[in-house]
Amino acid sequence: MAPRLDLDAVRGDFPCLNQEVHGHPLIYLDNAATTQKPQAVIDAVARYYERDNANVHRGIHALAERATAHYEEARARVARFLGAAEPAEIVFVRGTTEAINLVASSLGVTFHEGDEVVITEMEHHSNIVPWQLLRDRVGIRLRVLPMDDRGVLQLDRLDELLTDRTRLVSVVHGSNALGTLNPVAEIAAAAHAAGALVLVDGAQAAPHLPLDVRALGADFYCLSGHKVYGPMGIGCLYGRRALLEEMAPYQGGGEMIRRVTFEETTFAPPPARFEAGTPNVAGAVGLAAALDYLDGLGLERVAAHEAELLAYGLAQLDNLDGVRLIGTAPERLAILSLAVDNAHPHDIATILDRDGIAIRAGHHCAHPVMDHFGVPATARASLALYNTRAEIDRLIASIHHVMEVLGR
Amino acid sequence: MNDLRALYEDVILDHNREPRNFQHRPEGANHEAYGFNPLCGDEFKVLLQVEDGVVTDVGFEGVGCAIAVASTSLMTEAIKGKPVEEVEALFQSVHHLLTGEGEEAAPLGKLQVLAGVHEFPMRIKCATLGWHVMKAALEDEGETVCTE
Ligand SMILES: Cc1ncc(COP(=O)(O)O)c(C=O)c1O
Repeated sequence: MAPRLDLDAVRGDFPCLNQEVHGHPLIYLDNAATTQKPQAVIDAVARYYERDNANVHRGIHALAERATAHYEEARARVARFLGAAEPAEIVFVRGTTEAINLVASSLGVTFHEGDEVVITEMEHHSNIVPWQLLRDRVGIRLRVLPMDDRGVLQLDRLDELLTDRTRLVSVVHGSNALGTLNPVAEIAAAAHAAGALVLVDGAQAAPHLPLDVRALGADFYCLSGHKVYGPMGIGCLYGRRALLEEMAPYQGGGEMIRRVTFEETTFAPPPARFEAGTPNVAGAVGLAAALDYLDGLGLERVAAHEAELLAYGLAQLDNLDGVRLIGTAPERLAILSLAVDNAHPHDIATILDRDGIAIRAGHHCAHPVMDHFGVPATARASLALYNTRAEIDRLIASIHHVMEVLGR
Repeated sequence: MNDLRALYEDVILDHNREPRNFQHRPEGANHEAYGFNPLCGDEFKVLLQVEDGVVTDVGFEGVGCAIAVASTSLMTEAIKGKPVEEVEALFQSVHHLLTGEGEEAAPLGKLQVLAGVHEFPMRIKCATLGWHVMKAALEDEGETVCTE
């Protein structure tokens, strides 16, 4: 067993954590929305702009060469992180939302009226709406795998949803609203047996556990850089080479072509085919630095630390009267979605904020999840590698404060 | 802490716990509107009974945070029995109190308790929602009000 994380050192790596909010040391528990960035990421982005900035794949001058090299190294870095077979399977996009939209549009053109896409009841809107748009365009059928009252997918219902018309099963790896970790490998095996492809929304899972897209059986895997301690505006779509080869372009423009005349255009092979226009090179460089940072700590150690924090948090919450955990799946990320008696999540978030604690109040872009649990919103504390038990203690104390303020 | 107390005034907490004119449907309701804030999920429907230019009865339904519920509840209390022009002036005054825009067109009286919201920029929309829905109902805009 590797030694535990040195939390003091780790926290020192994140400049944004070192500040006071309303006179209290900041406790940042909104990591599912976005994580803070280690200095190594901030430096990598700054260094890129200070020394290497140039457009990629275009110039033959020294800077263009360096920028291109960094960009392609970043691609290889992401490929390694995900366990992809080769860097060409990594398409840089803005984030998970764009990755899913890319698949819905590029793979989606081969879908016909009556074809089916299976999603689940706990999807983020970004894995619902692109399929509804496709439905409205070509008449696919959207089918939804339900979850139970713990927020666990009802896998025994999967078989009845998989038909010879199922083209794709698109499922979230870790739920941002509930924390549930889904048995993606099992779902993928069933989907493949039915002749369907599998897309995995890894926005939440990627920062918290070691990944191997091939072991998972994911044909597509999506992540957002800003949730894995990297910059905003960069993310990736992993796609199996053979699939990307067959897919139509996403946007048209520079970078993605081989030869253009006014009559016709031959497209570049993947990944360039899907990266029209000047890419976010600094973002890719920052993302690679974030993955270096994460691997430097070791994702197993990160996962072990977060699991310990989660267990501690769950035990503390158990002793709190009037607080209900929304989503009680046994396999889960360190996300605590809470409903507090007689306290609306907004009011909770405001009071916590005055205690220096940042959480998220809202529907977490998952209206169907809120509907399932019959709540308009939840107060969500989402933990990351730099959070501590002491911070959870302060969260609990602050929830008492909420009850005191609102219960007068 | 003190600004928290100012936000969660006793009057506000009281109106949150026991909203006035809540789930009340005026017998002769002749104006209504629905509004929501897509960012947070708060939503209210406001029903008005307007007779000879006077709001003679009002009710609301929906869900929201303490600030949204209390502000809407206070709104119903404040406008009931008032001529439409006065209600509109009150709307202006509350808008001014919360956002600093416009001017105080009518004395606020008890509505002054909403002043604490001004210190919480992220919560101003919560306090204005019910008022916007009421105004839309008055003006029979028919469409859904959306504050975000
Ligand atoms: C599960 C899940 N999927 C998708 C997304 C969308 O990610 P992004 O906004 O970075 O595109 C999020 C972000 O909140 C998420 O939590």
